[in-house]
Amino acid sequence: MSDRLKRSNEPVFWLLFGAGGMLAALIGAALVFVLVFAVPLGLMPAEALSYASARAFAENALGKVFLFVVVSLFFWHAVHRIFHSLHDLGIHAGRGARLLVYGSALAGTLAVVLALALIGA
Amino acid sequence: MSKRRPYVRPMDGWFKRDPFFIEYMAHEGTAVFVWLFALEMLAGLWALAAGEAAWAGFAAWLASLPGLVVNALILAMLLYHGVSWFLIMPRTLPPVRVGGRRVAGSTISAVGLASMLVASVAVVGFFCLLANGGQG
Repeated sequence: MSDRLKRSNEPVFWLLFGAGGMLAALIGAALVFVLVFAVPLGLMPAEALSYASARAFAENALGKVFLFVVVSLFFWHAVHRIFHSLHDLGIHAGRGARLLVYGSALAGTLAVVLALALIGA
Repeated sequence: MSKRRPYVRPMDGWFKRDPFFIEYMAHEGTAVFVWLFALEMLAGLWALAAGEAAWAGFAAWLASLPGLVVNALILAMLLYHGVSWFLIMPRTLPPVRVGGRRVAGSTISAVGLASMLVASVAVVGFFCLLANGGQG
């Protein structure tokens, strides 16, 4: 019986939405604080945001994994939620919009991978 | 052609009818700022890949007055995202049972908010140690 039910791809996108939402809820605000406000507030020396320091962080394997997970999951979380909110705003988006929305998150994910590859080890 | 013109209840601005709906739209709207922050980090990574001059431009944006204002808004909305995420969690999670008893919604929210606090302090602490440790 169950194998005759049509499979939906919704759980995949919902999982990415949920994982990104959880990560953003746990550390999103802290990351904005660290990147933008820690240096002006004197919690970090200005050299923390220098080219050499940023480069060293992004060249590290663990740093790469961290940046990839954070940026790509934030994209997947945001586009899924924005897409479903369009309905609440009276815009009943169809298949094309779905393709565009999830395509943009995929493009963002690939752009992160490419940037990290260009930065190298 | 039918001459009937059935009444269709207008739905424009439906969420303004109830404070509960307004809060719903507000917490859904935080996704726009999560998206903006992802885009900002992506721009930073591309600047980092492009070289020293491009990175200096990105750092200058972060330190500029418009950059600080936009990022303060992003910070506030991400805080709101986190808090609302855990406050609605009792309704978004399937019933959680521990030892055969259903865990209360307030407990789920409290554990979530405490995790958010601990994780945030850990992230800020980690990066501060990393930045200051690099000094020698």
